[in-house]
Amino acid sequence: MKKKELAVAALKNGIVIDHIPCASLFKVVDLLGLEHLDKSVTIGFNLDSERLGKKGIIKIADVELPKEVLNRIAVIAPRAVINIISDYEVVDKHEVTLPDELHDIVRCNNPKCISNNEPMSTRFHVVHRDPLVLRCHYCERKVDHNEITLK
Amino acid sequence: MNTRNLISITDLSKSEILDLITTAQEFERNPNQRLLEGKVVASLFFEPSTRTRLSFETAVNRLGGRVIGFSDASTSSQSKGESLKDTIMMVSNYADLIVMRHPLMGAARYASEISKVPIINAGDGANQHPTQTMLDLYPIQQTQGRLDNLTITMVGDLKYGRTVHSLLEAMHHFKPRFNFVACDVLQMPEQYKQFCREQCIPYTETADFSADIINQSDIIYMTRVQRERFSDLMEYERVKNLYTLTASMLKDGKPTMRVLHPLPRVTEIAQDVDDTPWAYYFEQARNGLYARQAIICRALGIPVK
Repeated sequence: MKKKELAVAALKNGIVIDHIPCASLFKVVDLLGLEHLDKSVTIGFNLDSERLGKKGIIKIADVELPKEVLNRIAVIAPRAVINIISDYEVVDKHEVTLPDELHDIVRCNNPKCISNNEPMSTRFHVVHRDPLVLRCHYCERKVDHNEITLK
Repeated sequence: MNTRNLISITDLSKSEILDLITTAQEFERNPNQRLLEGKVVASLFFEPSTRTRLSFETAVNRLGGRVIGFSDASTSSQSKGESLKDTIMMVSNYADLIVMRHPLMGAARYASEISKVPIINAGDGANQHPTQTMLDLYPIQQTQGRLDNLTITMVGDLKYGRTVHSLLEAMHHFKPRFNFVACDVLQMPEQYKQFCREQCIPYTETADFSADIINQSDIIYMTRVQRERFSDLMEYERVKNLYTLTASMLKDGKPTMRVLHPLPRVTEIAQDVDDTPWAYYFEQARNGLYARQAIICRALGIPVK
């Protein structure tokens, strides 16, 4: 019989990142460095979603990522949901939480900031969560949510 | 991080600001004290600033310390492509304290994370210049006898003027009232007005530098409209002389009111103001020396009696 639907295997062990806004999906892929991973990764784009209209989803098999790494996603997808899968069961499910400080995730938009002129890490403080506003630790300039660029 | 760094005026608490003022008063009474005997202070000016550099170097010399450093990045290894990190690492091996001016914003904060010795920020691009702010607070205390409950009128370039922003942030500890006098294109940025609202600091905003505003002021803080801030030079020509303070405008001012200016002034204060009792900008510059002596001693943890 001819298959009518593409079968995406259910994940045995790994992480599912759900409720990613479509515009942020590939940025999340970048942020987590998934292209350098040797595990199987399934990326869903423009899937129907009750909450978002359209959404993105990422399934990563056989990995464990530390919470700090997963929470970095909150910068671009503040409502993303992390599902931890173990033996086909969801053993943990939570929204990402934005840390108070962001280390080397966001680039400063100010060309005269030292962080754009020295080989160094960037550092931002979260001054407002919704909508997201960051402040550069070095040049002290504020960055609005629609101006955020990842490093 | 070394807590004796001075990178941004917002790093200082109210009591630290008041302590620095008390120490500066001590230096005003007795500027020559050999408190830095045997100490070496590095003065790293990655961009030239003669006024600030001479003031710092005089402060070190009057305290009996020695100064090493450069007054222009072209005479440092930075011109060979050395990173700021390497320069700071190297100099912090030699000196007990680093005073630095750098054209890039955040350079001093970054240096303070690398350096083994305290850093004093003598200006990082358009960002912070905390010793200038101390130099503005000190004459306010000296002329008014207090910092609390004063009406401060800021005039001129309130948009780009780094000194007015820092002074505003520093004064928030002291229940001020502000009048912001500027033309449309140079008004106080929303960020700072929002800061005032959050701190319940009353302020007025006007384009009219009226007698009424002048007469209710305790301090008039004049600033220069900087030509280099304008892409449209016609616009600069139009606004540069809008807010010129003359002696006749001051005639009904409070007798205790004083006019301050971070200098250099161009046309915004007429020469005839210099001879009135309200002028205080030249004394303000001299006071900068005492404020910087106080800041240097704080950075090195040297008690001043």
